[in-house]
Amino acid sequence: MATQEIALPGVSGSSVSLIERLHGLVVTVDHKKLGLMYIGTALIFLVIAGLMAVSIRLQLVIPNNTLLEPDVFNRFFTMHGTSMVFLVGMPIIAGFGNYLVPLMIGTRDMAFPRMNAFGYWMFLFGGLLLYFSYLGAPGLAGHGSAPDVGWFAYAPLTARAFSRGHSTDYWILSLLLASVGSTVSAINVIATIFALRCPGMKLMRMPLLVWLMLVTNFMILLALPGLSGAQIMLLIDRYLGGHFFDTQAGGSAVIWQHFFWIFGHPEVYILMIPAFACLSEIIPVFSRKPIFGYPIMVGATAMIGLISVSVWAHHMFTVGMTSVGNTFFAISTFMVAVPTGIKIFNWLGTMYGGRIRLELPMLFCIAFLFQFLIAGLTGVMLAVVPFNWQLTDSYFVVAHFHYTLVGAFLFGIFAGFYYWYPKAVGRLLDPRLGLWHFWLFVIGFHLTFDTLHFAGFLGMPRRIFTYDAGRGWDTLNFIATVGALFQAIAVLLLAINIVRSVKKGKLAGNDPWDAWTLEWSTSSPPPDYNFATMPAVRSRRPLWDLKHPEDPDWKYE
Amino acid sequence: MRLHLHGNQGTLRAVIVLAFSLCCIIGFGHVEPAFGKNDSVTNIFRPLSQPAQEIKETSFLVLVVCAVIFIIVAGLLIYALVRFRDRAGDEAIEPPQVYGSNQIELAWTVLPILIVFVLILVTSRTIADIQNRKPPRGAVQATVVGHQWWWEIRYPELGIVTANELHVPATIGDRRQPAFLKLQSADVAHSFWVPQLAGKTDLIPNRENRMWIEPTHPGTYLGNCAEYCGTQHARMLIRVIVHTPDEFDRWVREQQQPALIATNAAEGSKAFFANSCVNCHTIRGTSAQGKFGPDLTHLMSRETLAAGAAPNTPDNLRFWVRDPQRIKLGCLMPNMQMTDTEVDQIVAYLQTLK
Repeated sequence: MATQEIALPGVSGSSVSLIERLHGLVVTVDHKKLGLMYIGTALIFLVIAGLMAVSIRLQLVIPNNTLLEPDVFNRFFTMHGTSMVFLVGMPIIAGFGNYLVPLMIGTRDMAFPRMNAFGYWMFLFGGLLLYFSYLGAPGLAGHGSAPDVGWFAYAPLTARAFSRGHSTDYWILSLLLASVGSTVSAINVIATIFALRCPGMKLMRMPLLVWLMLVTNFMILLALPGLSGAQIMLLIDRYLGGHFFDTQAGGSAVIWQHFFWIFGHPEVYILMIPAFACLSEIIPVFSRKPIFGYPIMVGATAMIGLISVSVWAHHMFTVGMTSVGNTFFAISTFMVAVPTGIKIFNWLGTMYGGRIRLELPMLFCIAFLFQFLIAGLTGVMLAVVPFNWQLTDSYFVVAHFHYTLVGAFLFGIFAGFYYWYPKAVGRLLDPRLGLWHFWLFVIGFHLTFDTLHFAGFLGMPRRIFTYDAGRGWDTLNFIATVGALFQAIAVLLLAINIVRSVKKGKLAGNDPWDAWTLEWSTSSPPPDYNFATMPAVRSRRPLWDLKHPEDPDWKYE
Repeated sequence: MRLHLHGNQGTLRAVIVLAFSLCCIIGFGHVEPAFGKNDSVTNIFRPLSQPAQEIKETSFLVLVVCAVIFIIVAGLLIYALVRFRDRAGDEAIEPPQVYGSNQIELAWTVLPILIVFVLILVTSRTIADIQNRKPPRGAVQATVVGHQWWWEIRYPELGIVTANELHVPATIGDRRQPAFLKLQSADVAHSFWVPQLAGKTDLIPNRENRMWIEPTHPGTYLGNCAEYCGTQHARMLIRVIVHTPDEFDRWVREQQQPALIATNAAEGSKAFFANSCVNCHTIRGTSAQGKFGPDLTHLMSRETLAAGAAPNTPDNLRFWVRDPQRIKLGCLMPNMQMTDTEVDQIVAYLQTLK
């Protein structure tokens, strides 16, 4: 098959024409190629949605700015949020899952390769459909273009009375498509993990990343139907005369919020757990020690997964639930802090007593730890219901969830990029550019999101396209915008690095980090069939056993 | 192949100092001076009312707890980084391979549970205290209705309807006069948030929420709609004007009057009633009984126009009547395409609505 040559960018592709390469991508069912396609597409959406974020920040740089019209601004923050969650976060975790899980459990492909390709194309067309709304949604009557209802699209702002034209329909249909992709991808990962592990790889010998992918994909199956169901009900409301969320006819606006957040809160953990997964692989390798408390880490992840489906209404402390309801959701939210704390302590325990190599993947992990610690603590503040009444829907919340989704999730994913890029491409990312990326991003991130916490304390609500001077917000917003520019430059450097290193990076060899899991036992990039012979493992760190025959892990596990 | 930072050990400490002191330096640098200024009128840590005061006390406790946790965990992390950093010359040696310890795991499971338990107690007490408050005798009752993008304010017991400015008496000394608000919405979800008085409560259509405030200092308190509600969400400001009890009584008596029959603006009055203004606006004591827009009976007693989009000056009023879209793009009041003369006449009439 022609696909074999296409799998090796920069190594043997020169004789293959561009058309053949593209055709190869379209027809491929190879988990590695699909994984990279997921990640590559997600990176493109990351840049688009990131530019929207920069525009948002530029509009807010001074009071009463007129750079963006109100509706343009509202579309930008809606598209920014929707894209970042569904077209960046979800496909990136699908990409990491696809690429890494078969390699780490020592098998040749996913359980359902064709379904795997189907999932990718559903995601891609869902994403394209969402952006096509800029052209298609106005309809004949010239109503608004892209969705402008916010990424959680609270009813009844989405009813036809308040959202004319087709923008909300594009939001519903594109996410339904993307959700189909996420669902089949989740089923595939779960089936692969249960069915295709190599000889000797018991569940409790799987690398932690595989465990965490298992949990996160179960959560996708559990959470997504809540959103899809609600979106279908909303379509029925809009076109078939239903009244689920139609308050004018006795429907309930609050029910939409329940449906949305019963998906939306697990969704946050669906994104976070794969970032935890990257840390759980990278920190041990760069501390030269096995992960501290492996079974506890597995248990804590499962606990996070379980508890996270019972906390959704903590997004709704201001909708007028009873004091008993509010107290229940405060308690369940506090409970999440316990397994999350355990994870942080275990990563610390892994580093403690180790020999910490401060290379790029590890630097991102360390920044993750600090930032996730702060994000967790601001999360505890938000769980204190009376404090939440002041903080929710303010810039404090904006800062809090960007701390989790940028400061933690994205840093974890960046760590993963630097760590596994040599495996996927065969060459290392340039460390000098990488350092620039790291420092500019850290500085920009803190300039932006540290200050926004304080804007929230000073009463600045989220999603406002402008504000008057004299509320104490001006300087904070100015600094936040400067930080956004730093982050934009940093991401640009990453993009340059990713493209340049395909040809110019230093050759990596099979195992550039002296790591311990199976993916490092095969060549970089791995051949189509991954492993020439089926590996067999006796412990959680098969390559450690190989490198230290005098002191193998299986003696202790 | 590997990127070593040995020569650069200060870098690491610089990360920490930079990244995590930055937060304090920048943040507090700008918040602290603001604490003393008049312009921090929406600072949640400068409450001048219950329940905002009680919320502040609870949040300070939580902030202290979180700060202590942060210092301990971040301290451990920094210690581990400094102490166990890879040093030149020991590349070949792997450190002792430790797989875990059940005692340690138990310790760092139980400790957080204890902290969480304390926080749960504090939280549930404060929730119950604030949410289950019953109105005492003499409490002021008001209904706030959210609209795209303005606030309708009704005092059913006093027979007053106004917009965008909620007037309440201050509790001074023993005479307690909290205000109990019923919150409703005419269209989409909104949220009532005046940070110095109380936390947010949403206004949701087909539902009635309740909240209360008990301000202690006369003055004007600013707030925003805090739930995204469409195009002009940003220009949906609320003002709460807190009076001394006597001033409040006087305000009530003034507002209870119907509009004076305009004698000096007869043409304006005619123009107002001849155009479609009456379809949306009410002026009590006249045939204008529209319900879609704000009640204009005492328009000139209000500080701002269009839910805080502009100060209520004659010039702004003229701009607004001529073309509301220029001040508040997307708002539901259309440009009525009136001539200059008509605009002047109508503005002259509106200015009699004191």
